[in-house]
Amino acid sequence: MSSAGEHRIAGVGRLTPANPVRFTFDGKAYSGLQGDTIASALIASGVHLVGRSFKYHRPRGILSDGPEEPNALVGVRRDAARATPNVRATVQEIYDGLNAVSQNRWPSLSFDVGAVNDIASPLFSAGFYYKTFMWPKVAWEHVYEPFIRNAAGLGQAPTEPDPDHYAAQYAHCDVLVIGGGVAGLSAALAAAESGARVILCDERAAFGGALRFEAEARLDGKPGYDWAQDAAATLAAMDNVRILSRTTAFGYYAQNFVGLAERVTEHLAAPAADAPRERLWQVRAGRVIIAAGAIERHMVFANNDRPGIMLASAARTFLNHHGVAVGRKVGVYTANDSAYAAAIDLKKAGIDIPAIVDVRDNPQGSAIDEARAFGIRVLTGHAVTGTGGKLRVASMIVEPNKGGAAEIIPVDALIMSAGWTPSVHMFSQSRGKVAWDAATERFLPGTYAQDCVSIGACNGTDRLEESVSEAIAAGESAAKATRKRAKKSKVKIAVEGGGDWTGSMLGAGPNGANGKVIKAFVDFQNDVTAKDIRLAVQEGMHSIEHVKRFTTNGMATDQGKLSNLHGLAIAAEALGREIPKVGLTTFRAPYTPTTFGAIVGHARGELFDPARHTPMHESEVAAGAVFEDVGPWKRAWYYPRAGEDMHAAVNRECRTVREVAGMFDATTLGKIEVVGPDAAEFLNLIYTNPFLKLGVGRLRYGIMCREDGFIYDDGVVGRMAEDRFHVTTTTGGAPRVLQHMEDYLQTEFPHMKVWLTSTTEQWAVIAVQGPKAREIIEPFVEGIDLSNEAFPHMSVREGTFCGVPTRLFRMSFTGETGFEINVPADYGRQVWEKVYERGKSMGMCLYGTETMHVLRAEKGYIIVGQDTDGTVTPYDAGLGWAVGKNKTDFVGIRGLKRPDLVADGRRQLVGLKVKDGKTVLEEGAQIVADPNQPVPMKMIGWVSSSYWSENCGRPIALALVEGGFERMGRTLYVPMPDRAIEVEVTGTVFFDEEGGRING
Amino acid sequence: MRRYSGFALVREAMRGHKGWGQQWSSPEPKKEYDVIIVGAGGHGLATAYYLAKEHGITNIAVLEKGWLGGGNTGRNTTIIRSNYLYDESAGLYDHAVKLWENLSQDLNYNVMYSPRGVMMLAHNVHDVQVFKRHIHANRLNGVDNEWLTPEAAKEYCPPLNISQSARYPVMGAALQRRGGTARHDAVAWGYARAASDRGVHVIQNCEVTGVRRGGNGQVTGVETSRGFIGAKKVGVVAAGHTSVIMEMADVRMPLESFPLQALVSEPVKPCFPCVVMSNTVHAYISQSDKGELVIGAGTDQYTSYSQTGGLHIIQHTLDAICEMFPMFTRMKMLRSWGGIVDVTPDRSPIIAKTPVSGLYVNCGWGTGGFKATPGSGHVFAHTIANDNPHRINTAYTIERFNSGRLIDEAAAAAVAH
Ligand SMILES: Cc1cc2nc3c(=O)[nH]c(=O)nc-3n(C[C@H](O)[C@H](O)[C@H](O)COP(=O)(O)OP(=O)(O)OC[C@H]3O[C@@H](n4cnc5c(N)ncnc54)[C@H](O)[C@@H]3O)c2cc1C
Repeated sequence: MSSAGEHRIAGVGRLTPANPVRFTFDGKAYSGLQGDTIASALIASGVHLVGRSFKYHRPRGILSDGPEEPNALVGVRRDAARATPNVRATVQEIYDGLNAVSQNRWPSLSFDVGAVNDIASPLFSAGFYYKTFMWPKVAWEHVYEPFIRNAAGLGQAPTEPDPDHYAAQYAHCDVLVIGGGVAGLSAALAAAESGARVILCDERAAFGGALRFEAEARLDGKPGYDWAQDAAATLAAMDNVRILSRTTAFGYYAQNFVGLAERVTEHLAAPAADAPRERLWQVRAGRVIIAAGAIERHMVFANNDRPGIMLASAARTFLNHHGVAVGRKVGVYTANDSAYAAAIDLKKAGIDIPAIVDVRDNPQGSAIDEARAFGIRVLTGHAVTGTGGKLRVASMIVEPNKGGAAEIIPVDALIMSAGWTPSVHMFSQSRGKVAWDAATERFLPGTYAQDCVSIGACNGTDRLEESVSEAIAAGESAAKATRKRAKKSKVKIAVEGGGDWTGSMLGAGPNGANGKVIKAFVDFQNDVTAKDIRLAVQEGMHSIEHVKRFTTNGMATDQGKLSNLHGLAIAAEALGREIPKVGLTTFRAPYTPTTFGAIVGHARGELFDPARHTPMHESEVAAGAVFEDVGPWKRAWYYPRAGEDMHAAVNRECRTVREVAGMFDATTLGKIEVVGPDAAEFLNLIYTNPFLKLGVGRLRYGIMCREDGFIYDDGVVGRMAEDRFHVTTTTGGAPRVLQHMEDYLQTEFPHMKVWLTSTTEQWAVIAVQGPKAREIIEPFVEGIDLSNEAFPHMSVREGTFCGVPTRLFRMSFTGETGFEINVPADYGRQVWEKVYERGKSMGMCLYGTETMHVLRAEKGYIIVGQDTDGTVTPYDAGLGWAVGKNKTDFVGIRGLKRPDLVADGRRQLVGLKVKDGKTVLEEGAQIVADPNQPVPMKMIGWVSSSYWSENCGRPIALALVEGGFERMGRTLYVPMPDRAIEVEVTGTVFFDEEGGRING
Repeated sequence: MRRYSGFALVREAMRGHKGWGQQWSSPEPKKEYDVIIVGAGGHGLATAYYLAKEHGITNIAVLEKGWLGGGNTGRNTTIIRSNYLYDESAGLYDHAVKLWENLSQDLNYNVMYSPRGVMMLAHNVHDVQVFKRHIHANRLNGVDNEWLTPEAAKEYCPPLNISQSARYPVMGAALQRRGGTARHDAVAWGYARAASDRGVHVIQNCEVTGVRRGGNGQVTGVETSRGFIGAKKVGVVAAGHTSVIMEMADVRMPLESFPLQALVSEPVKPCFPCVVMSNTVHAYISQSDKGELVIGAGTDQYTSYSQTGGLHIIQHTLDAICEMFPMFTRMKMLRSWGGIVDVTPDRSPIIAKTPVSGLYVNCGWGTGGFKATPGSGHVFAHTIANDNPHRINTAYTIERFNSGRLIDEAAAAAVAH
């Protein structure tokens, strides 16, 4: 008929001919109707060949009508940057201008060179690659592996950054219903009417589930599908309900935490620019109702993979929903009654059904009688043992199971059903244990592990009427369980019709006389045949997990939704064991492939691990700072002036600080307020230093070890009051030091009355260092006597600075007279600007972290994490003085006494003087005593810090060297690829060795 | 054992593959063995193989509670490299890499060792310092590892985003060209087949539930779900469950067990040539022969024996992957899973004798033991056979946590200051 495809049947289906949609497939233009998927629209145009299989490159068609599809994967391209591989044609709705391409073929879909693999397929048996490609050795890397890689893979990965964006939302509800078929809708209605807050999701575009193809069912007197639309509309109108279509529940995690992926714009021709492509819902539910339905299985027989061979329910959906006939002469091969219903529907629509081949000897049921009444030839006790055709099925070979002549029946489509597999994926992901139901040959939910319940087809409830009553009961009791004042819902649904189907077949069907090379596919996409599975067992793969991995059965993009049970049955038969004894492989998240972008959500670009800025950041940007990443912070690294490179800028900054003064943003250092009557006692245990006698108003440099006795962090601690300390940590250490303290407080010292509060973000910290530091800050300070006598080095005072409350620290990380001005963070920038204005007029500069590093190295001050690496004790670092001699306990005291920590030959922190006076050593370079020894060399240390020191006029370095304290004055070597650099071991203080400047 | 080769494959192809025998036998347990290995992961199976091959001990059983290779061996992201910092580590991991290079031929099983290069990204000054330290130490230890500028890194791995506007711009990279990947199942199966061929019993579905000791404290065997099995020596190689088994012999291990997750994408045509690791943003990625992007995440924050980790860990990892490779946001996650890793305080393994005579332990490989599989099995076999460690694993004792003589690879890659 129409432009929407010659296989579209007028008056059949639910789509509106008035809404045509144009799209292309492999460059050719097609049209379909609004509501079509790529699959239904292509079939409407008579196109069945849509892809090639993974290994043998066999022509493949459309097998299903939903997310379980293993074959019909296509690439969809909106534009160069919006190209998505491996899109299921049975899920992707068409929109005007959609551009789809086939995959895994070259040069074209109908002529694919890779198909030679099919001819050579006897070689490519399961696991063949483990047995060969070993000779010659180098060939694996250079010949075989690249060849395998190019042959494998499906679509093309995108090559350009994705311009689309993705959204994320957290949600809580009383009841989450997964699946919007008749069971899910009924349960959601019951729960919602009882007063529960409900979220209902379904992965399809429209609600209704099996009612899409189940044309006979009537609910509340309406055709089933119409009832479903009305039910969805009722739910959507309720305040306590959120319903989400095109939304897949993909992962079921601990404590009823479920991940849902919503496809927001994938079906739209022109998505709004601000609309996300997908949205991740992270739902925490009081109870989860799983109503995920069941998936029909294919029959396993020779050449069961030709385009045009598909699941019976898919053919029925294409017909009853899309108004599309899958062929004009449709054969049926089944072990289940449901295929009869499909055949009858097709027959009613005027399609020729040459035969229904039923593998069962004597199937009983109304469907069979009805088919016969329609005049359809029913061959029971027969099997399809092969098919003909090339790019499309052309015939089926039918043989009686008891033996006898084969009959070749021409067909242009073949529909099949081996029965239905309940979708226990979500239940299993919740860590529930499935149980085998021998009577119906299926795994059903057994023991529950979380607060969830399965209903409808996924629970093995076959009859429509029972599904509905089970669903209403589940909805009501979920509401009762999760809501205090749940009322009883008045939901009643009248049910008529609906299939009552039985029959199932697991594993391979009878192969008749056809004993040659048989390809009876179990897993279509990965080209796993029944024979492969038998071979795996033959080779000793007795665990189903081994069978899976050896054959790759169930590891394709459909994750075995069709193949797992067949594979299991074939393996069980080959092993001579019962199916439940062999056991299922684990169901793992995600249920269907889930877009990275959806999982990532907003966390891209600026929002990927958002950068932390200090309150002074903008002023630093204005001053031309170059920034470095330190942990999550952006820190000013150096402040180049016009024409200066990093080296020149740092040299100038270093000189200026020592000659005049410099100002530095120290805000990123961690700060913890430690308060309580036991605060001093607590710090005394946490730090190696003594803290009990530290006077109010005094500062102390403290070292913190882990239990093992190695330096963990350091920082200056100020005593603000008897029971109050201002602790500082390294920038990177802020969170973990707080955690470390909390950990000890809660587990080891729970008797102590101490409270810890992170104040890193509360204080802005401005360091002013240098001979003119006092003069610069003096006019801003009120209430504090700045004189050396009243306010000596290592003290703290409270007062005001620029009229703002301050904790003013007299301390130095440069060896100069220095102050650290703590003011409330909100005032940081104004104070910074004020001090800078005055300082600048007096010759002060701004300096960044690089200059800070150089200046502290000139004084031999360590940086934890650079000059220590978690293997350095306070003694190794030359900081033995900071370990309280009379202390009987602190964290690390026992660790420090371990034999190796007091042994000779430990690596100790020393200075290095480069003999040539000009080479700046590379940080991380290794140190040896004998540069001429052969590799592997005996390394006795490494360079931890190394800089050009403008103030010393030569390079300086700190290093950790075995027995370093004993090697003063000795010559050692730093071997570089081209030469060994000669160095002399020195002390660690390179500038102002007497240390007078600090007290200026 | 039927040898594998291209010729054998062609011959079998012509007769329907009827001639392939079992890759390993599935015998009933005997009453007693000279050596019992607990855990049929790669390390356990390799131990049995080298005991048989190099020490002439063939009366061995490898006991596995589930299916062989089903632990971390079959769950890991298969990154192989040896550019570790300390001499002890370089010795051990490089020993393994040398064995990897000939492993397919040695086992007559294609383990698909693919030295495609492992590149570790430096994102800040601290990373640069740490990587350079590794590169210098590696050079003097004879282990290849080289520094790449961001441009050279991009040339080696074209999908890499080296834009300076990235949240953590790439400042350079350390590349080990001999690093790469191998096929994890093939490693377990290849060792199982080769060990079985030498008479080793690999006994699956056999969980060890107790360790029996004689009057003098000496090990006499193990209780299992299939009854008592006697042994003169017992080697425990049970990864995340090592503490549980050692507890049965009253040995407390310095181990913590954490879930570690990984995931793969759908398969696509070759688009990613090597292995890239970033410690700063926490992500590891490579592409398998099948075409899947293989992505490793970090450990959960809390100890647990549950093999399902949280979604937020996966999220964090994919955030990082998409930040480094912004073209991958449209790719889809196909499968995710977790394994239980056994972590020591210094992140280096324990391969050693224990305080209990006749009991040996090989554990603590944490998040990175696959790469060591051949080397680990090789030196552990030596340790069991001689009741004395091999030169290469002398330092990997349990006592080092008492003495403080740590091999602190974690600290060497310490966090930013
Ligand atoms: C997600 C993930 C990613 C990883 N990525 C890498 C990587 O890229 N590179 C790398 O080098 N390493 C990686 N690792 C680490 C690596 O997998 C392990 O270190 C290594 O495989 C350990 O091997 P194994 O043989 O010791 O342990 P396993 O393979 O776990 O074997 C231990 C065996 O002991 C069995 N067992 C336990 N208890 C008992 C009992 N009571 N009785 C009998 N049997 C028992 C278990 O069932 C198991 O089979 C990763 C690990 C994980 C989980």
